[in-house]
Amino acid sequence: MIRNLDQIFVLLQHWLVNFLPASLQGTAGVLINAAAIVCVFPVLFAVAVWLERKGLGRMQNRLGPNRVGPYGLLQPIADGIKSLTKEDIVPLSADTAVHFLAPVLLVVTAFMGFAVLPMGRNMVLVDLDAGLLFYFAMGASTELAVFMAGWSSRNKYSLLGAMRAVAQMISYEVVLLLSSVVVVMMAGSLSLTKIVEAQNHYTWGIPHWYIFTPWGLAGFIMYAIAGTAETNRSPFDLPEGESELVAGYHTEYSGFKFALFFLGEYVAMLSISGLGTTLFLGGWSAPFSFLTWVPSWIWFFSKIMLSIFVFIWMRGTLPRLRQDQLMNFAWKFVLPMCLLNLMVAAIWRFMGDGWLRWFVCSAILLLAYAGVGLTELRKKNIGPRSYRYAE
Amino acid sequence: MTPLAGYLLVAALLFSIGLAGALTRRNAILVLIGIELMLNAANLNLIAFWRYGPHPEALTGMMFAIFSIAVAAAEAAVGLGLVISIHRHAKTTDLDQMNRMKG
Amino acid sequence: MSLVFYIIAALTVAGGLASMVLKNTVHCALALTIAFAGLALFFLNLDAQFAGFAQILVYIGAVAILVVFAILLTRGSETPKGGVFSRTWLAGLAVAAAVFAVLGWAILHTAPMLPGATPAPAVTVQQIGQALIGRYVLPLEIVAVLLTAALIGAVIVAMHEKEGTK
Repeated sequence: MIRNLDQIFVLLQHWLVNFLPASLQGTAGVLINAAAIVCVFPVLFAVAVWLERKGLGRMQNRLGPNRVGPYGLLQPIADGIKSLTKEDIVPLSADTAVHFLAPVLLVVTAFMGFAVLPMGRNMVLVDLDAGLLFYFAMGASTELAVFMAGWSSRNKYSLLGAMRAVAQMISYEVVLLLSSVVVVMMAGSLSLTKIVEAQNHYTWGIPHWYIFTPWGLAGFIMYAIAGTAETNRSPFDLPEGESELVAGYHTEYSGFKFALFFLGEYVAMLSISGLGTTLFLGGWSAPFSFLTWVPSWIWFFSKIMLSIFVFIWMRGTLPRLRQDQLMNFAWKFVLPMCLLNLMVAAIWRFMGDGWLRWFVCSAILLLAYAGVGLTELRKKNIGPRSYRYAE
Repeated sequence: MTPLAGYLLVAALLFSIGLAGALTRRNAILVLIGIELMLNAANLNLIAFWRYGPHPEALTGMMFAIFSIAVAAAEAAVGLGLVISIHRHAKTTDLDQMNRMKG
Repeated sequence: MSLVFYIIAALTVAGGLASMVLKNTVHCALALTIAFAGLALFFLNLDAQFAGFAQILVYIGAVAILVVFAILLTRGSETPKGGVFSRTWLAGLAVAAAVFAVLGWAILHTAPMLPGATPAPAVTVQQIGQALIGRYVLPLEIVAVLLTAALIGAVIVAMHEKEGTK
């Protein structure tokens, strides 16, 4: 009965597919799975939008939306209706074909990433041998859509926002890839299902998630930083900074196209959280061995929503980084730490089991972090903290 | 016509389109685009021969294509850097006007 | 010669043709991206999964963006006054047509001697990894040195010169 609950979606799909003749069953199965993904993740997008507005509101000491439905729960529906009924204004000198295709390309490539994420036991759309490479290939195509949006609007602010966004996304793409390569090295495969299965073992009730190892924790932190930068979220949201560039590369979009950009951004956030949980947090495996009776897909989606909450928390807490500070941070600090992390993971592998490898690897990482941090801080002359209070 | 002949014909067509573009366009960057197209056509040839050749488990064709992709990316980077540097000097990327060695 | 092959071939050749014929340079770069995507689909059709995804990651994710940045940095999006084709366009076109004629003749002439449909090779990423570190380790290291040299070279070539050393 517990196993049936765990596999309930798989069994549902098999039951639906059995109505069709045998020759159509393959394609029908894939189509039903793809339709399920396309239906579920926009619902999660609506939940994330509500969570963001209420969460940010509470962090900023105000109520979020609370008029449309109890606790503002129907606010995403109101937003959707608004954006569907607004007039679609296209600038006269804009490049119409490219202007139209940019949000389409963004949403398509954002959704393609979900094809390889294992959302539960046996619940992956396509079990590719090079699944992680496919995911990053789709992520790389997102940058082109951002550029197309900014350039086709024939607006200097849009173009500036687009160039900043593309430069930022390319820099942090390298960091994202390198911090994922450590996981591939330790799991021995690019296939995401195998990576989750490698983390699904328990010792004394605690699972072998990669985040519970020194190199895994460092890798996860760098992956989180790079993921925040890839999706242009605060504190890396200068390209769409509302007080800086009007709205960056989606200035000239209104109505449904703007809703598509919004959808694309949040779906990309969900997608990156999904990959982060698959690589570092054990995917669909339960946190303690006595909790394995809870269905696997509940764990996967809870971990994704937890990551979304951390994204929102970071947005409400941290100030925005300037463009050159952001690029400096990526190339001069995070990238060398990623390479050091690769070396530390190799040391971990070759030292064999025992407490010594924990000590050595943690020591190397902490010393490098502290050393680089202290030398950088010494260069800046930061005086004692001073406070100014409103009169 | 075998599948391999089909792939080879498409690769030959892409190669000649790239060659035509590289020889007839004025903008230096479009010449580089034509060169990229030619390199891609050669990659298609390599993979097609790997797939339909006698020993696909030796992975020779696939390896060659992967290294070719890496080298083409490096060459595109250097070539575009050169074009940017020339534009800074001559204020134009028009190849018809750059027909002398004297700066 | 399945329907999928013809669709992908049409897409790729249309993208390539558009990238060489269009007047607006940025449109040419975007049509080139379509050609790259079509080639990636070809690689996937030929069971070369790793090469296909690497093509998307490297070409669409990096080279296309590089080309677009270069176009923007050299004011390429303004159409030039003298037309987009050079004065000697007829000679170039003739050369390309001659090359295609020779290649096409060679392919069609040897078509009966080419191997037919063979079963798909089962290539795993692990085999590719083993090959890269085993048999092809020297090309791998040389490509690494080449990429480093290209990186440093491109940065130095495109860097702003110091004001005093003109």
